[in-house]
Amino acid sequence: MLRLEPRQEASPAMGILTPFLAVVATMLAGGVLFALLGKDPVEAIRVIFLDPLLDPFARSELIVKGAPLVLIAIGLALGFRAGIWNIGAAGQFAVGAIASSAVALAFWGVAGIWLLPLMALAGAAAGAAWAMIPALLKVRFGANEILVSLMLVYVAEQLLFGLVNGPLRNPDGFNFPESRLFHDSATLPLLFSGTRAHVGALVALAAVVVAHLLLRHHLLGFQIRLAGDAPRAAAFAGIRNARIVVVCFAISGGLAGLAGTFEVAGPVGQLVPALPLEYGFTAIIVAFLGRLQPIGILLAGAVMALTYIGGETAQLMLQLPAAAISVFQGMLLFFLLAMDLLVSYRLRWSRTA
Amino acid sequence: MSVPVLEVAGITKAYPGVVANDDISFSVAPGEVHALLGENGAGKSTLVKIIYGLVRADQGEMHLSGAPYAPSRPSAARAAGVAMVFQHFSLFEALSVAENIALGMEDAPPRRALSRRIREVSAGYGLPLDPDRLIGDLSVGARQRVEIVRCLLQDPRILIMDEPTSVLTPQEVETLFATLKKLSADGVAILYISHKLEEIRALCDHATILRGGKVVATCVPRDETAQSLAEMMVGTAIARPPARDGHAGEAVLEIARLSLPSDDPFGTSLANLSLTLRAGEIVGIGGVAGNGQDELLAALSGERPVAPGEIRLRGAPVGALGPEERRERGLLAAPEERLGHAAAPEMSLAENAMLTGRRRRRLSRGGMLRWGAAARFAEEIVGRFDVRTAGVEHAARSLSGGNLQKFVIGREILQAPEVLVVNQPTWGVDAAAAAAIRRALRELAEGGAAVLVISQDLDELLEMTDRLAILAGGRLSAPQPTADLTIEAIGLMMGGAKAQAEAQNAEA
Repeated sequence: MLRLEPRQEASPAMGILTPFLAVVATMLAGGVLFALLGKDPVEAIRVIFLDPLLDPFARSELIVKGAPLVLIAIGLALGFRAGIWNIGAAGQFAVGAIASSAVALAFWGVAGIWLLPLMALAGAAAGAAWAMIPALLKVRFGANEILVSLMLVYVAEQLLFGLVNGPLRNPDGFNFPESRLFHDSATLPLLFSGTRAHVGALVALAAVVVAHLLLRHHLLGFQIRLAGDAPRAAAFAGIRNARIVVVCFAISGGLAGLAGTFEVAGPVGQLVPALPLEYGFTAIIVAFLGRLQPIGILLAGAVMALTYIGGETAQLMLQLPAAAISVFQGMLLFFLLAMDLLVSYRLRWSRTA
Repeated sequence: MSVPVLEVAGITKAYPGVVANDDISFSVAPGEVHALLGENGAGKSTLVKIIYGLVRADQGEMHLSGAPYAPSRPSAARAAGVAMVFQHFSLFEALSVAENIALGMEDAPPRRALSRRIREVSAGYGLPLDPDRLIGDLSVGARQRVEIVRCLLQDPRILIMDEPTSVLTPQEVETLFATLKKLSADGVAILYISHKLEEIRALCDHATILRGGKVVATCVPRDETAQSLAEMMVGTAIARPPARDGHAGEAVLEIARLSLPSDDPFGTSLANLSLTLRAGEIVGIGGVAGNGQDELLAALSGERPVAPGEIRLRGAPVGALGPEERRERGLLAAPEERLGHAAAPEMSLAENAMLTGRRRRRLSRGGMLRWGAAARFAEEIVGRFDVRTAGVEHAARSLSGGNLQKFVIGREILQAPEVLVVNQPTWGVDAAAAAAIRRALRELAEGGAAVLVISQDLDELLEMTDRLAILAGGRLSAPQPTADLTIEAIGLMMGGAKAQAEAQNAEA
C-alpha cells in the first residue's frame, strides 16, 4: 500500500526548485501527449517553448499576455497568503472591463490625458466592488468565498453579454454585439511601435514591486501573512480577520478590474463579448507557480504567457487541438502541486495493514 | 528474574542539528511502574514515539517480552501489546464514549458488546464510565479515563502514560494512582512520564533520567528526595525561591461582573466574574482547564471584547478595546497555547517579536516595519531569558516547548506591562525553564506590575501567588490569601465547585 509520511523538515532549496522541475515535467509529459497525437514531440516542444522567445513579435506578445496574468496573480497571491480564496478574478476582470468601457464610451471622442486614469480608476473600483460581494457575505454570514466568488464569474459574464448587446453596443455597428472602437485618448500608449505591448505592463511591474515591499516591509503585509500562517495568533495580535478579508478582496478585485481595463483599452480596443476572462483562472496557476511571491509571480507569468503564445503557434503550425494549451496549463499546476506534496511528504511502500 | 516486558538497547535518533536520543538503554519488568524523567527537550517524547511506532530509530533495538520489536506504526505497536495515553486527548466531543473507543479500534465489536466490555473493564479498575455519555459533557478527568479504558480494552502488556496528572485535581490523581497500582498488580508494566517529582516518588518503582538525549542516571525514586531527583534531571542544584512578602499597592485592573458566552459549543461561559488586581501583587486563578480559563484570557487580552465597564485599567474602561489598544495602555497577556496562538509557528522569532511588541517597543513607523529593531528586540528576549535557539531568524516551531514559552513570556515582560495575564505559564515546560519563568514573573511584580496567573498547577500557584481564587464552571470564587490555604483545601474547593456545576448541568 502506498502511504504519505510527513518529512521532518521540508528542504527550502526544493521549494525554489519545484516550479522549474514542474515546467520540465510538463514539457516531458506534453511531449508524450504530442507523440500519442502523432506529432513530433521535440518539434512541438520547440515550437511552444523556444520559438516565441526567438521571434521579436512573439516576444512582445509575451508582454501582452503576461502583464494581465501578473497583475491579477499579484492580487490573488496576497489573499492566498492570508488564506482567503478569491477564485472569481475572471468576473472582477469582466466588470472592470465593462466599467472602464462605459467611461470610455461616455466620453467618446473627447480628447484628454485624464481619460485613461479615469478609466483605470473606474475599472479598479468596479472590480473591487464586485469582489466585495463574496467578501461581505463571508464576513457577515460566513458564506464560502470560493463558491460565491466563482459563481459571480458567470453572473459577470452574462452582464457583459447583456451590456454589449444593449446599452454599450455600437449604434453604428449593424447590431453586432460590440461597442464602438475606443478613440485615441481611451487607448493605452504602446511600449514599442509595431507591437501590441502597452504601458499596462509597466503598471503590472509596479504592482510586483509594491507587493514585494508590502509583504516584506509593511504592517499590512505582515498582518496578511500572519492571518494566513496562524489565525489565532493573528487574533491575539489584534488583527481583525474581517478587515483582512475585505482588504484582500478589494486589492485582488481591484487589480483584476484594472487588468480588464487594460485589456479593453489595450490589445482589444473596444468592449467585446469574447474577452479573455480565462486570465482570471490562469492567474491562480501563476500565483502558485510563483510561490505566492511577487518576484516569483513575475517569472511564472512569463512562463504561462509562453504556453499561451507557443500553444497558438503550435495550433497553426502543427495542427494541435486548441485544448492543448489548457491541457498544458493544467499539467503545469498538477505537477507543481504533486511536487510540493513530495517536498513536504515522502512516499512509503508498506504491506497492507 | 523474569524476562523484561520491554527492553530498549542503544536507541539512537538524530534530527537535523540535534541528537534527540543518544544510545538509550533501559528495561521494564512485568508489573513494574517505570518513570521516564527529564526536562523538556531531554528526549522523552522522541523515545516514547519510537516505542509507540510513531518514529523510527536510527540505531539500536528493542525487545518486547524477549522477542525483537520494531513497530513501523502505532497500530503495529498496539497489536504487540503496547498502549499509550497521550497528554493531549484525541477524542471527538460530539460523539459518545463508546463511539470514540470504537473509532480507535482495528475491528470494533458490535456496539452493545463493546458497551458491555467498557462497563466491565472500567468498573474492574475503579474508573466508572457510562459508554453512552457524550465526550463533550465529561470532565477532563473522565476524558482521561476514556483514553485509559480504550487502552485497557487491548489487554496491553505495557501502558505508556505521558504527563497524565497535569490536568487532574488532587482527588482525581489519587483515583488514577489506585488504578495504575491495580494494573501493575495484574502484571501490566507502566512507563510513566512526568516532571512531577513527588508523584514519581509516590508511584514508581524505578526511574530512568534523561538529559540532553542521554541516560544520565537510574535510581529507585523512593530512595531519593524531590530535590535530588530534580538535580539529576537538570544537572545543577536548583535554588528554592524566597518567600514573597505581599506589598500590594493601588488597584490597577478591575474586573467587575464580567460575563462572556463561550463561542465553543463545549466551552464554558463566564458568569459574573469580579476581581481586583493591585500593583505589585501576583493573583492566581486555579481550577481544572476547560472551566472558563481560555474564555477569561480572551476577555482580558481583548480577543473577545466585552462591555466597556466590565474591565477597567487604572479606572478607565477598556472592556470594548481590542488587543492592540489594550497593549498600548499596558494590559498584556500570554495565552496557554504557545504554537499557533501566542506565537506563529512558521514565522521567525523576530517576526514573533513584532507580533505583540510593535506598539510598545516602537517596531514600526508610519506603517513601515523596522525589522532591524524587531530582530534586536528578539535578541534581547533570547539573551535575557536564556532562550536556546540557533538565532532569531529561525522559525518559532524549531524551539522546544520550554524555550518557546520563555520567549513568549519574556516578550511580554520586556514590554514593561502594568498588568500581565498569563495562562498556564509553565505547562509542559521543563523544571529549569519553569523556575526561570516563575522567577521572571515574580520580579515583574516586584517592579510594581500586577500579574494574574491562570494555572492548573496548584504547586505553582501556592509557590508564587499572593492571593488565589478558583475558576470552576465559569464562576470565580472569592480570592483568599494564598498563605492561608493548603493544597487539600484548594482541591476540595475545586472538587466542590465542580460537583456543584455538574449538579446544575444535570438539572438543566
